[in-house]
Amino acid sequence: MNRTLYGNLIFELSKKGRKGYSLPQDYDRAHTTAELPEALRRKEAARLPECDELTVVRHYTNLSHNNFGVNDGFYPLGSCTMKYNPIINEEIAGMKAFAGLHPLQPAVTCQGALEVYYNLQQSLAELAGLKEFTLNPCAGAHGELTGLMVIRAYHESRKDTGRTKVLIPDSAHGTNPASAAVCGLEVVEVKSLADGTVDVEHLRQLLNEMGGEVAGMMMTNPNTLGIFEPQVLEITAMVHEAGGLMYYDGANLNALLGECRPGDMGFDVMHINLHKTFSTPHGGGGPGSGPVGVREGLEQFLPTPRVNKIVVNCDGENEPYEWEGYVIDREADSALGSVGSFFGNFAVMLKAYVYILSLGSENIKQVGPLATLNANYIKECLKGDYLLPIGGLCKHEVVFDGLVDKSSGVTTMDVAKRLLDYGYHAPTIYFPLLFHESLMIEPTENESKETIDAFIDVMHKIAGEAKTDPELVKTAPHNTPIGRVDDVLAAKQPVTTYWKSIAES
Amino acid sequence: MAKFEEGLRYSESHEYIRVEGEYGYIGISDYAQHALGNVVYVDMPEVDDEVTAGEEFGAVESVKAASDLISPVSGTVVEINEALEDTPELLNEDAFANWIIKVQLSDPSELDKLMDAEAYKAICN
Repeated sequence: MNRTLYGNLIFELSKKGRKGYSLPQDYDRAHTTAELPEALRRKEAARLPECDELTVVRHYTNLSHNNFGVNDGFYPLGSCTMKYNPIINEEIAGMKAFAGLHPLQPAVTCQGALEVYYNLQQSLAELAGLKEFTLNPCAGAHGELTGLMVIRAYHESRKDTGRTKVLIPDSAHGTNPASAAVCGLEVVEVKSLADGTVDVEHLRQLLNEMGGEVAGMMMTNPNTLGIFEPQVLEITAMVHEAGGLMYYDGANLNALLGECRPGDMGFDVMHINLHKTFSTPHGGGGPGSGPVGVREGLEQFLPTPRVNKIVVNCDGENEPYEWEGYVIDREADSALGSVGSFFGNFAVMLKAYVYILSLGSENIKQVGPLATLNANYIKECLKGDYLLPIGGLCKHEVVFDGLVDKSSGVTTMDVAKRLLDYGYHAPTIYFPLLFHESLMIEPTENESKETIDAFIDVMHKIAGEAKTDPELVKTAPHNTPIGRVDDVLAAKQPVTTYWKSIAES
Repeated sequence: MAKFEEGLRYSESHEYIRVEGEYGYIGISDYAQHALGNVVYVDMPEVDDEVTAGEEFGAVESVKAASDLISPVSGTVVEINEALEDTPELLNEDAFANWIIKVQLSDPSELDKLMDAEAYKAICN
C-alpha cells in the first residue's frame, strides 16, 4: 500500500457536503424521525465522514491489502491452529440452497441441512470417542461454558450440590478459569512439573483435601506447551474416583486427530473449535463454532434444540416401507435449555463437514501426525539458535524461550517484529506464561517442506542479525506500513475514536 | 540484572514485604517487574479490605501479561499506593521503593514462612 497516497483515515478524506449517493428529492419528507420519542432523537447530526464512492472503495481496498491471512503467507501462530481453509468449504457453504435457509422453516423443507447437521454430530462423536454432540455453541469459549454447565447439571441432577470447584492446570489457556468463573464455579490451580506436564502428586493432594467439592477438572492434551500428558489415564481415573468429571479443552485437538481420542483417555465432556481443527475461518471474532460432546450417560444434559434421526414405518400404497428423516427437537427435557439463538452458526458447521468428507477417514488420520512432524522438524532445526526449555518430542507446536544467546538484549518481541519484515506472521509470543520469553510456533499440517525450510532459514538469519546488528532487530519492523508501535502508550491511553472530529467540535 | 534487596521477606510468587512494626509494605520484586516488562495497570484493593496469605489481592498488567498479586501475609489494608493508579510504570522504575499496599499484620508468624533475599535469589536463578 502506498501510504503517502492512501494512508489517511476515512475521516481525513472527508469533504463537507460530498456524497457517494443521490436520493429522490422527497426522501427527507418520506423518512422522518418526527414520530420517534424526543429522548431517542439525536440533538445533532452524527459526525460521519463524507466521501464519494470511489474514495471509499479505494480507502477500504487499500486497507484490505494490509491484512495478513493464511492465504497471504505462513502463519505459525502457536495455540491457534491457523490451518488453511479450503476453497471447496466456501463453495459449498455459499450454495443458495444452504445460504437461503431460515432457522424457523419447517424441518420437512430442509431435510438435507438437517442431515448435514446430524452427520456432523456423528462424525465429531466418532473422532472424539464420545457419544453425542451438540453443535449449538457459537465459539470455543461458549463451548467451554456449555460444557461446564453440563457438568454442573450432572452433579445437580444427583443432588450433589457441594461440588463447586474446578481444577485447572496452571499452564491452561486463560479461557478455562474465565469460563469456570462465568459458570459460578471456583477455580483451583494444579501445579505443573518442570517439564510443563501436570504434577500428579499435587493433584492427588488436592483431591485428598477437597475431592468431595470437585465438580471436575479441565485439561488440554497435548497441553499448552505442546507436550502430550503421559499420565493422562491416571489423571482421569483419579478425578473420576473422587466423583468429578473430566473436561477436555479441544484447543489442541489437531495434534491428536487420527491418532487418539479424548473419549478413550477418560474425558467425559469436551468442546471442539471447528475453526482450529476443522479448517473453518477464524474470522475477526466470529462467526465461530464450538460443538460440545459428552460420553454416554450425559446426553440428556446437552442443550436444545437438538436434531435427531428418526425412522418411520409407513404403510405405502402397495407395500410398507421405512422413511428415514431428521426432526428438530426444541422441547427436549434439558436442564440447560437453549444456549444461543437457534442452532449455532450453520455455515461454519457446513464447512467443517465438507472438510471431514473431503479428507475421508483415511486421510484425516494423517492430520495429527503431519502437524506433529512439522512442529518437531522446526524444533530440531531451530534449537541451536533458540532456547528449547523442554526437550523431547513435542506434538503440534513447539515453545522456545527466546534466543539461546541473550547477550545482545534482543527479546522475543524483537524477533517477532523482525519476522514481519520477512513477510511472515509472527508466532505467539509471551504465552504460555511458564517462560519469560515464550515464542510459540505451530506450523499445522498444511505447509510444504519448502515453506517450512524458508521460515527456518529466516529464523536463523534473525538470530544472526541479533549478534551482528542487534539494533536492526530491536527497531524492527522496517518494511511494514507502520513501524514499531508504542504498546505501553496503546495500553495506557488507547485512542478508540477519531480525535480530530472531537477536537474540532 | 535483577536486584534483591536485603532485609525484606519474599514469597515464591515474587511479592516482597517490608515489615515496620505491626505494618508491612507489600510490592512486587525487581525480578518480577523485569519479567513482566512495561507495567501498564495495577489493580489494587481498597483500604479496610482484608487480605489473606496465599490469596490474590489484586493484579499487575503489563504489555506481556496480566499477573495476580498474591498476598504474602494476612491482615487489613490500611493504605494503597495511589500514585500507581496514574503512573503504574513506577513499578518498573523502582519496584522496592514503590510498594503497592500497606497492611496491618494479623499474624506476624506468617513472616517465618517467607524467604530472605538470599533464598529468594536462589529460586529466581
